[in-house]
Amino acid sequence: MRKIYLTLVAFLSWMAMSVASFAIDVIVVSHGQANDPFWSVAKNGVDSACKDMKIKCKYTAPGTFDMVEMAKLIDNAVSQKPKGIVITLPDAAALGKSVKAAIAAGIPVVSMNSGSDDFAKLGISAHVGQTEFEAGVGGGQKMKAAGGKKALCVNHEVGNVALDRRCAGFKKGFGGPVEILGTSNDPTEIQKAVAAKLGGVDTILTLGAGLSGEAALKAIKSAGKTGSIKLGTFDMSPGMLKAAAAGEVEFLIDQQQYLQGYLPIAIFAQYMRWGTMPAGVVMTGPGFVTPQNASKVIKWAAQGYR
Amino acid sequence: MSVKSKSIQNKSKDERLRKVSNLKVLLNRPELGALGGSVLVFIFFGIVAGDTGMFSAYGTINFLEVSANLGIIAIAAALLMIGGEFDLSVGSMIGFAGICIAIPAIYWGWPLWSSILFAFSMAVLVGYANGILVVRTGLPSFIVTLAMLFILRGATLALTRLITGRTQVPGLRVLIENDPIAWIFSADAFKGVFTWLGSLGLIALRQDGTPLATGIPASVLWWVGMTIFATWLLMKTRYGNWIFASGGDKLGARNVGVPVGRVKISLFIGTAVAATIYACVQVLDAGSADTMRGFLKELEAIVAAVVGGCLLTGGYGSAIGAAFGALIFGTVSMGIYYTDVDTDWFKVFLGAMMLIAVIFNNFIRRRVTENK
Repeated sequence: MRKIYLTLVAFLSWMAMSVASFAIDVIVVSHGQANDPFWSVAKNGVDSACKDMKIKCKYTAPGTFDMVEMAKLIDNAVSQKPKGIVITLPDAAALGKSVKAAIAAGIPVVSMNSGSDDFAKLGISAHVGQTEFEAGVGGGQKMKAAGGKKALCVNHEVGNVALDRRCAGFKKGFGGPVEILGTSNDPTEIQKAVAAKLGGVDTILTLGAGLSGEAALKAIKSAGKTGSIKLGTFDMSPGMLKAAAAGEVEFLIDQQQYLQGYLPIAIFAQYMRWGTMPAGVVMTGPGFVTPQNASKVIKWAAQGYR
Repeated sequence: MSVKSKSIQNKSKDERLRKVSNLKVLLNRPELGALGGSVLVFIFFGIVAGDTGMFSAYGTINFLEVSANLGIIAIAAALLMIGGEFDLSVGSMIGFAGICIAIPAIYWGWPLWSSILFAFSMAVLVGYANGILVVRTGLPSFIVTLAMLFILRGATLALTRLITGRTQVPGLRVLIENDPIAWIFSADAFKGVFTWLGSLGLIALRQDGTPLATGIPASVLWWVGMTIFATWLLMKTRYGNWIFASGGDKLGARNVGVPVGRVKISLFIGTAVAATIYACVQVLDAGSADTMRGFLKELEAIVAAVVGGCLLTGGYGSAIGAAFGALIFGTVSMGIYYTDVDTDWFKVFLGAMMLIAVIFNNFIRRRVTENK
């Protein structure tokens, strides 16, 4: 018994030494859950920017899609007095108080990914991302042009306003009837939910590639409906890119999330050096990856940069 | 437990009663381990994150608030566990209660106080349903409340989308001002003290000169208040004895006249009401409600109760312990962000810290009980 406790004490002190903290330049507070391949690419953007700019940063995210916990993480970041804070803004109402406290404490805030419609109201100076509604409209128009009549919009992050807007934009661009399917972020569940809906639609838009896009593709393939049901998705993943190159996917809406991780850090690096700060939205998308240009993108996606 | 504490109060000299020193009694309490665990956690973060702002006024309020929110549900969950049952629907109830407050207030034009009362009455209904199902069917509460977890989470999403067409309901902040009861869940206490400390330069200020930490959040006061109330309930009332008896030996308790069914139903109502208090604090603080609030909180509440010395089998435990269990969980989960750990490792770190706290807790308890 004594041995176990001694080991424990040794382990604890090793942990204490290995995690001792240093002053931080930039703290990133993102809502992106680590099991989503999309966020892994954005985090790679943060990591390589910090290496390139030689500044010390930290990437944090709540364990589940929990806005109240995320607000606490922003408060946490403020009390560490960094030189800048990068956040995502999926729910301006819930995060507003913490963002305002950060700005009031004299720490500049840049938002990225979600929140292009709300960042200015909170006093955030710049936003790096893609405007959701317009990107959705673009996707809807492409599907309409491809001959779609009845569509399904798969939302795997129910509670994220940005994703609600993508579906709303898609509906506008598409013109025809669009059913919205809310799912969990578990790939198997998404696949089953989509499979259950395949009978009534000829067009499917998923709001994330690696998770819901690939799950929807599996559902279509296993029902033998490849080609007869058109699939488009927001964002990219190696699997969906291969499918696009093979002509199984109509298009991927690329918001280039690597840049959403990279650019805010670059902005703060210059801010720390010369006090420069862009104003308004720095657009990172939408771009469309279609069967024509997919193969070029595949190489970089496999390395985790696209 | 309370039988023992009564014997100490009894001052008459009776040779049949073994004399037990006050210190021994204190050391035998179930919450001692959690207290030790908390001290250990604070020492750990004091060493690795002492100079990062974690223990500044703003940082302290921040991790206390996280602990307090969890503590509110953990205390009710502890009472229920002592009574021999689980409630896995707590997390879903938080989301459901939030929507019950937000939708009537925003979409139906109810005054905020009435929608808060509406949420509490729904909580009593849900708790009663849980309780009566467990008591009448004799099924394990684990299964019954797991079903309720899905039903409530699903109903929250379905009703919200049906009524509002979206998954978030913002816009509550303007309603909080001038509401007769909203302040109970949202006001900061001791604002004057914080402003004074700020003016002395002892705590960090905003650029406009007001302190960054504006006061003690209402949730912290609820946490402390509920700990005191639940401890009084457990240790000083007949109902408290009934809870221990119901969880310790259901049949024996029933044979000596304890209304086991009613006790359990009331405890289930207690957890649902605690979830609603959590929802009130959170919804009024964040100014919005969404359908995913409270996700996985039921497991955190059970972890806090177990770290606090509750037995999974029922009949043993304490409310103070659960409060400290919540403090350990809240401090560790916020403290990690002040260390230099890459957040990919967050959950490994969290799990390891919890495990160490529980083993340490167990170690203290064993050492103390061996020395009898």
